[in-house]
Amino acid sequence: MLTLVIAFIAGGFFGAGLFVSGMTDTTKVQGWLDVFGAWDPTLAFVMGGAMIPMAVAWLIRRRRTMALNGTPLPPPASTKIDSKLILGSVMFGMGWGLVGLCPGPSIAALSYGGTGLYVFVAAMVTGMVVAPVLRARLDRAVPAE
Amino acid sequence: MPIDWIWGLIGGLLIGTGGAIYLLGNGRIMGASGIIGGLVDGSGLDTKWERIVFLLGVAVLPVLLAPFYREVNPHITDNYIILVAAGLLVGVGTRIANGCTSGHGVCGMSRLSIRGFVATCCYIGAGGVGVILFRHILGVI
Repeated sequence: MLTLVIAFIAGGFFGAGLFVSGMTDTTKVQGWLDVFGAWDPTLAFVMGGAMIPMAVAWLIRRRRTMALNGTPLPPPASTKIDSKLILGSVMFGMGWGLVGLCPGPSIAALSYGGTGLYVFVAAMVTGMVVAPVLRARLDRAVPAE
Repeated sequence: MPIDWIWGLIGGLLIGTGGAIYLLGNGRIMGASGIIGGLVDGSGLDTKWERIVFLLGVAVLPVLLAPFYREVNPHITDNYIILVAAGLLVGVGTRIANGCTSGHGVCGMSRLSIRGFVATCCYIGAGGVGVILFRHILGVI
């Protein structure tokens, strides 16, 4: 039960932050990416603001081994840079630029996004369902990694 | 418009607080694509209620805040071909890269993860190139 309450509160902060910051408005996201148009720096402030509490949380993690609900805290970050990280991020960036939506804001805008948003979310979920197959193929194609 | 960055900063602090609560409370890294992806591809079904309730929080809070705003239009294109192409790219890409803006960007970079920095540079770079290509050269968005 504690786990679910924490999940709801964390999700609530995330959704509220995406909404308040304007990141559910695709014009602000595309405005950040559009360096040759009317460039909008808001996203940098959102990223910078989000780093502050997160960095504090990572510092606290160093002194603890368990989360509040008894789950072990995540291990140190992997340092492996592979083709999947780069290829996947480039694909994601292209889609992000095309419509101005990434996974978090697409959920935060569900209640008022309209038909276009539902089409995007349906396609995104389809992509997530087929991704493991493509990921396995990439693993076979580049066995050295 | 000039105070947009203040709301960006306030919103960012809220996003980071959500990530901090999820990490220290539940021992999880707050990545939207991982939370959704684990539900729909079946890889995270052992923690399905945690994931569903998190996403419920993400979707419900904007509903509660929206009445205080004059305009909440997300300005989403009505070109269905572009929407489907973008959705597929975002869905496949975030799962192959194992993260998106929240996971690699917010949670990864704040712990000085090299993977977080590389992923963020790649998706922001590709997004920038995409907007230049599709808006300024091809004129489709």
